Amino acid sequence: MKKNEKVMLRGSEAIGEAALRAGCRCYFGYPITPQNELPEYMSRRMAELPGRTFVQSESELAAINMVYGASASGTRVMTSSSSPGVSLMQEGISYLAACEFPSVIVNIIRGGPGLGNIAPAQSDYFQATRGGGHGDYRCIVLAPAYLQEAVDLTYRAFDLADEYRIPVIVIGDGMMGQMMEPVVLPEYREDLPKKDWAITGAGKGPSRFIRSLLLDVHVEEAHNWKLYRKYQRIERREPQWESYATEDADMVVVAYGTAARIAKGAVRRLRDKGMKVGLFRPITLWPFPSKALARLAESVGKFLVFEMSMGQMVEDVKLALNGKAEVDLYGRPGGVVVTPVELSRILSRRYNAMQHEA
Amino acid sequence: MKGMKKVVGRPKYLKDVPNHYCPGCGHSIIHRLLAEVIEELDIRDRAICIPPCGCAVLAYLYIDVDMVEAAHGRGTAVATGMKRCLPDRVVFTYQGDGDLAAIGTAELIHAANRGESITTIFVNNGVYGMTGGQMAPTTMVGQKTTTTPQGRNSVTDGPPLKMCEFLSTLDGTAFLARTSVHSPKNIQKTKKAIRQAFQTQLNDEGFSMVEILSQCPSNWKLSAVDSCRWIEEGMIPQFPLGIVKQRETEPS
Repeated sequence: MKKNEKVMLRGSEAIGEAALRAGCRCYFGYPITPQNELPEYMSRRMAELPGRTFVQSESELAAINMVYGASASGTRVMTSSSSPGVSLMQEGISYLAACEFPSVIVNIIRGGPGLGNIAPAQSDYFQATRGGGHGDYRCIVLAPAYLQEAVDLTYRAFDLADEYRIPVIVIGDGMMGQMMEPVVLPEYREDLPKKDWAITGAGKGPSRFIRSLLLDVHVEEAHNWKLYRKYQRIERREPQWESYATEDADMVVVAYGTAARIAKGAVRRLRDKGMKVGLFRPITLWPFPSKALARLAESVGKFLVFEMSMGQMVEDVKLALNGKAEVDLYGRPGGVVVTPVELSRILSRRYNAMQHEA
Repeated sequence: MKGMKKVVGRPKYLKDVPNHYCPGCGHSIIHRLLAEVIEELDIRDRAICIPPCGCAVLAYLYIDVDMVEAAHGRGTAVATGMKRCLPDRVVFTYQGDGDLAAIGTAELIHAANRGESITTIFVNNGVYGMTGGQMAPTTMVGQKTTTTPQGRNSVTDGPPLKMCEFLSTLDGTAFLARTSVHSPKNIQKTKKAIRQAFQTQLNDEGFSMVEILSQCPSNWKLSAVDSCRWIEEGMIPQFPLGIVKQRETEPS
C-alpha cells in the first residue's frame, strides 16, 4: 500500500487497523454483536505482525482486567465490545481510571436496555460520559461520524490515553461498524512514549506498586484532587467539534456520530429550501465542547438536539447553554434509524413553528 | 558474636516493618516463605505480584517486589495481561478463598486452562477474613461463620470447593499442590511447593498453583494454637495435603 493511498475498508476493520498502526500491541475481548468483525480482524492481523498478543477472553470482565494488566506493564492495549459487554467492563474501567492506566475501549453501541437489539443506537451516552462504574472519574469519549474520522480518532485515542494516563472510549454503532468508506491509513508508530511509571519488575531498583486502595481518607482525597485537576486540564485542552452551516443559522441541530451524519443530510435539504439551519457536532462527548456551543448561542436562539436515545446528550447541551437559548429534543430510541428525509420533515416543522412564533 | 554462625534471619526481600496481620495469622508466614523463595531463586528483579482484595491487599508493604493491585477476583486476568506483555518476568497472584474460588472462579479456570505461565498463591482459610468472617466457598460443612450462624449447611450452601482437584482436570495446569502452614514441618513443605511452582513458571510449563491452608484465629474465634489444631483435625481431612498434579515433562 502506498503512502496516503485511499483504501476501501469496513468500519470495524478501519478501527482495528488504526489501532495496530497506533502501536496497540495487545487486544483482549469477548464476542458480541455488532462488533465481532473487530476482534476477528485483530486475531488475524495480530498473528501477522511481530510481538502482538490477541486473547479471546472468557468474559468482558476478564477482558478489561487483562487490559488492566497489560496497561500496567506500559503496553498499548485495547478492547472492544457492545453495550451489554461494556456494562460488564464498568468495574474494570473504574479501576483503570483510579490507577491511571492508559487504555482504549471501543463501544459499538446497540439498542437497549437489557439485551435490546443489535441495531445502531446512542443510548450508552450517559454510561460513557458519566462513568458507568463507581467513583468520581472521567473517561475521554470520542465519537466519530465518518470512517476517516474513526481511523484518525482511534489513532489519536492511544496518544490521549498515554498523555493523560486515562481510559479513552471510542463510540460507534453497528452502522459505523458495518459500512464501508474509503480511508487513508496513518503510518505505523515506532516512537512510542516512555512510561517510567510502568510496573515491569523492580530490577536493581526499589520495588514499586500501583494501587487504588487508599485507606487514609486524606490520601484518597488528595488522589481525587489530582484526578480532578487532570480532568480540568482535559476539559480546557481537548474538546473537539464540527460546526456546519452555523454562521447565519437561526436554528442549530446538535447531533453526534451516526445521528450527525443523518442530521447533516437533513440540514443540506433544508438549506436547499432556504431555511437557515445549521449543525453542531460534538466529536468529544467528554470533554463536551460546552464553550464552543455557548458561543454559538450568542447568535442562535434555538437548538434542537437529535440523538438516538431519549434525552441523554440534551442534558450536556442544556448545561452548556445554561438558559441562553431554547433547547428542544428529538430522540429516537431502541435502535430505530431515522432517514435524512424523515428528519428534515421534523426539522422543517420545528423551524417553521419557530419562525411563526417570531 | 565470635564463634557463632547466623543460621536464621529476616529474608532479604521481606521488608523490616511491623505487619498488620492478626496474631497467629498465616499470611505473615506465607509472606516470609515467598520472600525466601524469591531470594533463593534470585528472581526479585523480575518478579511481579498481583495482590488481591482481602487481608493481603497490603502485601506491597511487606514483600519487596513490584506489585499491581487487582480488583476482587480478577487477579489471574490481570496476571494474564501482564505476563503476555512481559513473558520473561515471573508473575504471580496472591489470592484468598473468596477472591479465587467465588468471585474470581471464571478468571482462574480460564487462565489455568489457557496454561498461562503464571503462579497463583492461594491462601485457603475457609472464611472471608477482611470483611469479618463470612462464609467462604471453602468453609467446612458445619463450620460457623457470621453468615452461617447455624454452621454451613451442605444442602443450602453446597459443600466446600476443592480447587486443586478441580483444576487438575485441565490440560493447562502443570503444577498443583495443597500445603499448610500450621506446623514447622508443613511450613517447610509449603516453601518447597512454592519453589516448585515458581520453577514451573521459570520452565514455562504452564499454570501453577499452591493452595495453602492457613490459620485465621480472629475469624475462627480460636486461639493461635487451637487454630493450628483446627487445620489438622477440621480442614485436612476435607482438603488432603500433597502434590495434586505435576505434569511429566520431557527430559531436556
